[in-house]
Amino acid sequence: MTNAIRHAGQFAVILLLFSGVAVFANWPVYRQIPLGSAIVVLTFVHGADRKADCRRLGPEEIAKLPPNMRKVQDCPRGRRPIYVELELSGRALFAASLPPTGIAGDGPSRVYQRFAIPAGSYDVVARMRDTARAQGFDHQRAERVTLVVDQMFVVDFRSESGEFVFR
Amino acid sequence: MIGAVRYVSRRGFEWIERPFDRLFGPALNPIAQLGALGFFFFWIVAVSGIYLFVFFDTGIERAFESVEYLTHDHRFHAGVMRSFHRYASDLLVVMLATHMLREFAYDRYRGARWFSWLTGVPIVWLLYASGITGYWLVWDKLAQYVALTSSELLDWLPIFGEPIARNFIATGTLTSRFFSLMVFMHVAVPLFLLFAMWIHILRISRPRMNPPRTLAVLSLLALLAVSLWKPALSQGHVDLARAPATVGLDWFYLPLYPLTSLWSNGAVWAMLGALSLMLALMPWLPPLRRARPATVDLAHCNGCARCAEDCPYEAIRMVRRTDALPFPTEAQVNASLCVSCGICVGSCPSSTPYRRSAELKTGIDLPDYSLRELRERVVAAAGTVRGAARILLLACEHGGGAGQVEGVVTVPCVAMAPPSLIDFVLGKGLADGVVVAGCAESACYHRLGVAWTQQRLAGARDPYLRARVPRDRIRMIWTSTLETQRFARELAQFTREVEALGPAMAVRPTAQSSATPGDAPRQPVGAAP
Repeated sequence: MTNAIRHAGQFAVILLLFSGVAVFANWPVYRQIPLGSAIVVLTFVHGADRKADCRRLGPEEIAKLPPNMRKVQDCPRGRRPIYVELELSGRALFAASLPPTGIAGDGPSRVYQRFAIPAGSYDVVARMRDTARAQGFDHQRAERVTLVVDQMFVVDFRSESGEFVFR
Repeated sequence: MIGAVRYVSRRGFEWIERPFDRLFGPALNPIAQLGALGFFFFWIVAVSGIYLFVFFDTGIERAFESVEYLTHDHRFHAGVMRSFHRYASDLLVVMLATHMLREFAYDRYRGARWFSWLTGVPIVWLLYASGITGYWLVWDKLAQYVALTSSELLDWLPIFGEPIARNFIATGTLTSRFFSLMVFMHVAVPLFLLFAMWIHILRISRPRMNPPRTLAVLSLLALLAVSLWKPALSQGHVDLARAPATVGLDWFYLPLYPLTSLWSNGAVWAMLGALSLMLALMPWLPPLRRARPATVDLAHCNGCARCAEDCPYEAIRMVRRTDALPFPTEAQVNASLCVSCGICVGSCPSSTPYRRSAELKTGIDLPDYSLRELRERVVAAAGTVRGAARILLLACEHGGGAGQVEGVVTVPCVAMAPPSLIDFVLGKGLADGVVVAGCAESACYHRLGVAWTQQRLAGARDPYLRARVPRDRIRMIWTSTLETQRFARELAQFTREVEALGPAMAVRPTAQSSATPGDAPRQPVGAAP
């Protein structure tokens, strides 16, 4: 009998410990963005133009190359950085020059940024410069968007069609 | 600084553990079984995971439904198994964290123990990787949060060409192949975890990989009760068009995830890296000062292998004989594993203080605390005890008896004292009673010292305490340094008992022994001089 009581006490203690673990297994709840907010995500993977155009090699230059690697054109691999801006109702949310990826700098530029924004209506403008031009933008999209609470609003860019996508 | 933290932690553990000792008994105390319970929960997670996989559908649309189906339509088996899987995983984290903290508190991570500590660090990473990949599979709102936050963290590393997080921002970007990959990860990573757990215990002699049966049964029952009371549930289907704004986080696996909202991902990685590096370097911050390792005296070693059997650190192995003596093997000490606990000295049949060689020698000995020195200290200490009952203490330096000032001989571990030493003390009338004062029974600093001493004195393990030694003059007291009052109480009680027995008779006078002059036998009360 004493043994049974002892085991009951042991069980009670273990049960108490395990119950504590079960409680903290999903409580207290966590809120990652403020109440009444939505999330705007700016993300794309896009390669800008090459830094320089292909150049035709002269006969001497071609002769200097190993016989199995001779070519008539020299095309530099490196890409330009992409300049991108995202505005919400005139407020700059993001503006940055995105370098190309890769050791040789020949990969696409990429971005993934997340912003918590109070829900509401906004004029969303996304702009991108991916060529050699110094001023202005090569791609732009502007739209009036209504963000509801907890919405994930994604600003993406499709390289194939060369346009921003809002979804 | 680290020493102060360790001291406070140790006090904390001792304060918590002793009540557990009283309720559970030293053998069942769950705090002394953390590693074994860790293995136990791992196997529960593995078995329940296999069971759940029978019901799980890796299709992108069917994953959530299949989990809901097993949770609600088959609540009393698959649903319970899901809760087992979930809560046993959480308990595994609790066991791991407490185990690490306890080993730190008791200073059992430095010196020869660096290997187990260092190999424990990857276990932390693998355990978290196992748990976090599991949360993705449920494909509920928590999974969405975990997927987004994890992939954003991973994207910070310059490894992936395209941000992984892009897969979780819009419907249609994810395919069923992703779930197949996650299932593979959730199976493969735990296999690596098991492998790491095996490496972790490689250098430990007699590792406890299974908790006592009673504790295992009680834990299973408690897990069942919790699973029925609070079944593990999903948190609603993923909606990639909506942010998982509020989630019930598993604070055991995901406590750092909220940090990604406060800090940059780079800062979180820096913190994790720094924490891991600090953990990995802890055995050398600062390194443990170690006494010189045990040495074998082949002239006195007959290759009986008892030292190799009893060593808690796998520091001794038996090798082919290298001298001309007619024994097949000899003991060989691996100096990098030896912690100089002296347990091997206590196990050696040559370790008898009765030996009459000019200089007391044994088969295996500690250069910095030899058997000869131990015998001399015993004889000297016995000369200082006074009173109606003269009690000699053989005290472990990590236990509650080490703080005594009179009649005490401190040893690295009580198992260093061979049973014949007690025979020697009582047989020669050096003291009327002997107290073997070790660590708390469930927290032996040298892992097996308490067990070996108990078994040797009970005649269940070589070398035995001889039958002629009066057991009523021997008392084993297992206390932590915190239990000074209990130690004093038990010592006083034993002193009264010995007093009632009267003085010990010197049945084997010391005249012919090689002991120092201080160990002259005491004549029994009333005996003629």
